Amino acid sequence: MARKLLLTHIDVPGIQTFEVYRQQGGYRAVEKVLKTMSPDDVVEEVKKSGLRGRGGAGFPTGMKWSFLAKPEGVPRYLVCNGDESEPGTFKDRFLMTHIPHALLEGMIVSSYALGAHTSYIYVRGEMMPQIRILERAIQEAKAAGFLGNNILGSGYDLEIYVQPGAGAYICGEETALLESLEGKRGNPRIKPPFPAIAGLYGCPTVVNNVESIAATVPIINDGGEEYAKIGIERSTGTKLISASGNLVKPGVYEIDLGLSVEEFIYSDEYCGGIANGKRLKAVVPGGSSVPILPTNLILKTANGNSRLMTYESLADGGFQTGSSMGSGGFIAFDEDQCIVRNTWNFSRFYHHESCGQCSPCREGTGWMEKVLHKIETGHGDLSDIELLWDIQRRIEGNTICPLGDAAAWPVAAAIRHFRDEFEWHINHPEDALTRNYGLAHYADPLAPIVS
Amino acid sequence: MLSVKHNEIVEFSSTLLDQFAEVVARFPEGRQKSALLPILHLVQAEFGWLSPDAMNKVAGYLGIEPIEVYEVATFYTMYLLQPQGKYVLEVCRTGPCCLVGAERIMTHLENKLGVKEGEVTADGLFSWRGVECLAACGYGPVLQIGPEYTFYENLTEASVDQLIDDLSSKTN
Repeated sequence: MARKLLLTHIDVPGIQTFEVYRQQGGYRAVEKVLKTMSPDDVVEEVKKSGLRGRGGAGFPTGMKWSFLAKPEGVPRYLVCNGDESEPGTFKDRFLMTHIPHALLEGMIVSSYALGAHTSYIYVRGEMMPQIRILERAIQEAKAAGFLGNNILGSGYDLEIYVQPGAGAYICGEETALLESLEGKRGNPRIKPPFPAIAGLYGCPTVVNNVESIAATVPIINDGGEEYAKIGIERSTGTKLISASGNLVKPGVYEIDLGLSVEEFIYSDEYCGGIANGKRLKAVVPGGSSVPILPTNLILKTANGNSRLMTYESLADGGFQTGSSMGSGGFIAFDEDQCIVRNTWNFSRFYHHESCGQCSPCREGTGWMEKVLHKIETGHGDLSDIELLWDIQRRIEGNTICPLGDAAAWPVAAAIRHFRDEFEWHINHPEDALTRNYGLAHYADPLAPIVS
Repeated sequence: MLSVKHNEIVEFSSTLLDQFAEVVARFPEGRQKSALLPILHLVQAEFGWLSPDAMNKVAGYLGIEPIEVYEVATFYTMYLLQPQGKYVLEVCRTGPCCLVGAERIMTHLENKLGVKEGEVTADGLFSWRGVECLAACGYGPVLQIGPEYTFYENLTEASVDQLIDDLSSKTN
């Protein structure tokens, strides 16, 4: 069995409750930091662990913490990003549903490290059941003396509150999240200043993903060096992967970083292969924003090496032949799926979710949606492919926040790797309306690269 | 868009006002606007939608301008700005759910209820709409029903029929 750090006790009945979580060794990390460590010791330990942000950007968590400004007399905030809205990603929902105290324990540890006395968990509004679960967990932890004033007699005070969002993908972007937490529209802020200098209410703030915060618990319990021994290169520790699409066993899996993509898809311990005996056509490995890869490029890099579930290996080849770990939203497409239709679907999503501040994103996402819809419904022209390429290129890098890039990349990757499927839609509109392009050559072994 | 055709004059009960106060207390002095999103959820749970009058009264309660409420209510898709059916069925229509049949489920829902997306059934019980990714991709197709946002996962035509029948008989 694979090692588990975050989901260790997932199968223990009643693990949702404080009592059972505590019986299983929960809240040891809080005792350890409050009784034996200074806040800076905690930051150092997280730095040593090599933990990288699990929300999608992969920025080293310890380094992010060390940027936090600490002016005298100004409150500092920790805000947990539980907005989880990237299509293909549902790991945080799983964690909050089943082991809410793992998040709370991580919140206390992290808040202590940062010197925060009020912390917020921002959870997307659709997760009202998870919000209730967290609120109950907070009450339990408070009743047991792990929250409130003078926690465990240490002199450290902390309150944690849960804040619901209300249906906006953009609020997963950390400055949009802060705007939303201030009761405003989720329009991302221009950076700098970064939240570490001026975040919530203009005060120094750290925003971390649910999984990143929960990961501080095993890091404190076992030590950062132990955590860093798991994984490969700069991909340390374990990672929750949300697996969806046409798989025998979709769901949330905790993996050691470094597992091969092939084993993750086909092993019975993980996804168990492609559903209904079909063949794999493509994978989006890190949530809808990251480039889609055909089977031959997701299983092996362009150099012919086995593709691994690490930040480095998934990105191997850049956007020409690689993709990205992103949030770990692993979406598998079987041979009967239409890449054009899916690309149109994703473009519609980004158009719907664009906040509208920046023209390239506001106008470009809608334009791409229309052009893709035209191709998908049999009214496309070959020049539309170049048009799409041109639009996505003009969005990327030209917006305040990464939503523009997130909207551009899936279109670029679909055209880069599946151009012949787009051309088939345009050249054979009647066929495209009645059947799918199929697997075509997308699983064929790649020709060796001649250097 | 704010409703110009409909309005509903509301009165906040003392229970609701207590809940408002509990939310406001989570934030520092002078930052009561942070309570806006949670309070709008509470109001919507109570009245089924956000009428212009309800939003104006929320603005009054928080000491902010009505426009500050409108601009938030129109930005976030969970806020319902038109009167709805008693049960609003929200089906995820984003990529991963579509790989496992969400489009089929939406077509089925439209036929079963006999109303288009956003419309209310004649008996006032149901309305439905497609919504974007609900972070339940491994259990698709999925739909949710407010105000508690209960999830119904791995939907089939049969399970949708069953759900609608159950909700109908619960009300009769």
